[in-house]
Amino acid sequence: MKLLVRILVGACALVLTVSPAFAETLTIATVNNGDMIRMQKLADDFIAKNPGIELEWVTLEENALRQKVTTDIATKGGQYDVMTIGTYEVPIWAKQGWLVPLDDLGENYDVDDLLPAIRGGLSIDGTLYASPFYGESSMVMYRTDLMEKAGLTMPDAPTWEFIADAARKMTDKGNEIYGICLRGKAGWGENMAFLTATSNSFGARWFDENWTPQFDQPEWKDTLDFYVNLMNDAGPPGASSNGFNENLALFQTGKCGMWIDATVAASFVTDPADSTVADKVGFALAPDNGLGKRGNWLWAWSLAIPAGTEKADAAKAFVVWATSKTYLDLVASEEGWASVPPGTRTSLYENPAYLEAAPFAAMTLQSINSADPTQPTVKPVPYVGVQFVAIPEFQGIATATGQQFAAALAGNMTVDQALQNAQQITVREMTKAGYIK
Amino acid sequence: MARATSIQRRWMITIAAWSVGLLIFFPIFWTILTSFKTEAEAIASPPSLFAFEWTLENYGEVQERSNYFRHFMNSVVISLGSTLLGLIIAVPAAWAMAFSPTPRTKDVLMWMLSTKMLPPVGVLIPIYLMFRDTGLLDTRTGLVIVLTLINLPIIVWMLYTYFKEIPGEILEASRMDGATLRDEIIHVLTPMAVPGIASTLLLNVILSWNEAFWTLNLTAAKAAPLTAFIASYSSPEGLFYAKLSAASTMAIAPILIMGWFSQKQLVRGLTFGAVK
Repeated sequence: MKLLVRILVGACALVLTVSPAFAETLTIATVNNGDMIRMQKLADDFIAKNPGIELEWVTLEENALRQKVTTDIATKGGQYDVMTIGTYEVPIWAKQGWLVPLDDLGENYDVDDLLPAIRGGLSIDGTLYASPFYGESSMVMYRTDLMEKAGLTMPDAPTWEFIADAARKMTDKGNEIYGICLRGKAGWGENMAFLTATSNSFGARWFDENWTPQFDQPEWKDTLDFYVNLMNDAGPPGASSNGFNENLALFQTGKCGMWIDATVAASFVTDPADSTVADKVGFALAPDNGLGKRGNWLWAWSLAIPAGTEKADAAKAFVVWATSKTYLDLVASEEGWASVPPGTRTSLYENPAYLEAAPFAAMTLQSINSADPTQPTVKPVPYVGVQFVAIPEFQGIATATGQQFAAALAGNMTVDQALQNAQQITVREMTKAGYIK
Repeated sequence: MARATSIQRRWMITIAAWSVGLLIFFPIFWTILTSFKTEAEAIASPPSLFAFEWTLENYGEVQERSNYFRHFMNSVVISLGSTLLGLIIAVPAAWAMAFSPTPRTKDVLMWMLSTKMLPPVGVLIPIYLMFRDTGLLDTRTGLVIVLTLINLPIIVWMLYTYFKEIPGEILEASRMDGATLRDEIIHVLTPMAVPGIASTLLLNVILSWNEAFWTLNLTAAKAAPLTAFIASYSSPEGLFYAKLSAASTMAIAPILIMGWFSQKQLVRGLTFGAVK
């Protein structure tokens, strides 16, 4: 036994690493989207302005990062001092007391400059719990040449009826041109983000005021019927496995007439280095049905500080640096105005230099402003969130219902069957979680 | 006639083997090829096989953005450390089971294997809490311990199979000559089992190198191995397939080269005892 212990200790000692810490080191967990990668590149500016603070980066793809930071914060692991999280996590985590309130970010921060819709999604009872790094909504991106060929003119604020008509007219399956590309891949952040936002404009909602699931209501049937029929007539083949990236590739290679997705895609599809249709793209607001709500979502990747970190002051200094107006100026001076993280500050959209460099800026701002996470639906709801419901159970439930809807799109079951299954799943899970007595 | 049939059979087997081999290798080949394309060519449809402008810019960007060497060293230390630690524990265990079996040995072996049947995410939170309390989060030591425990059943099973092939009489003879238990294991059994131990070692290095659940979830910045390096390039919102392919190629290259040079031992080890 003694020998075994010695061997174990010896083996462990072999691989132990000793790294003495002289300065205060902040560990920052972030997603690997382009704007965050740029922040990492520019972080020398922060280090120069804040001697004594060093930065360690954990950059990961969204799903891997979400799993890691959720495990860490739920167990109070304390591995991270700054976390990049989205509008889904912030209200849930803040209610649990897991986040440091950001009500004292200093005068220079100008909290009132934050876009109201974004600020609302990151606050609880008026207190900000995460500082937005970039915000996004969704909008229609369309091919101006194909629209012209179809003899149509895209209005700035189209209706679903117009979109469906245009999609069918633009489709030319023989030449592999599909009128519309929409998300079909199952997942709470994939097809359900799109379908939940779309259902808002059809007058549907996830739950009524008593948390009763609403998939058995006619509004959901209208939404799903419309989506499945449109995709069958004018969508690309195999659409039930298409997510953001697959549709981006289709659009960039000239195979989609229209694509409704995140506003962040605008900079990709208009980049001549990657897109074959860069000079033929137009933008419009996400469609509506005349019910007062549009089918666009709202998301903000934001920086938050986990409660319990011993380096809260240094972490706050970093959050202020990365989400301030000065940071926007820094990016603009280093990489140009088009590369500035969008969708967080009113002042950015009043800046003529930015408006000139980013042709999609006005549409992005309008899209963000037209989404209201606190009142996302036509009928009243007990939850917050446009393309999600900010409760911990949502990820699991929406992924399961998303699989039903993907199956309906693939033709493996009828729309009625998919809705019935979705209703059953949601009732079961919500009962289990105690929302329904 | 019989000869003709046999030649025909050999040809068919050769073709079948090559087809399966190429089919399995194709994704790796495609990854390597894509890493030399630009992002626009990486998503081009129809894709071009060789007729594109070869570029090294993805490797340059990956190199600039991340510290490959640190991730690489973490992978080396974690995979070698856990394999060696595993062997130190598993050799005596497999010896005991092979040469001094009890009526319950088979059950113990099955029980060990059954621990592999639990989905790892089921024990993530308890292990995370233990790591937090012992200060092992984001340390190579912690990962060495966890990967050792995860791969231990496989190491014990493989070694047990090899040891079973060694005639017990030889060990008995050494005992008659006055060898102690330690001498018996180190000087008699181990040299005879070297091919088996070598292939176990190789296979476990590969398994630990590729392990992506624990290495991703228990590390942050300091101990993150190459699995985290790859994960930092896959993005659900953005087409960075060429850069992701470059990162993947850099991550799999060392283990691919190691596998190439040691394929004889690997094949021998994996088919050991298959034909008697």
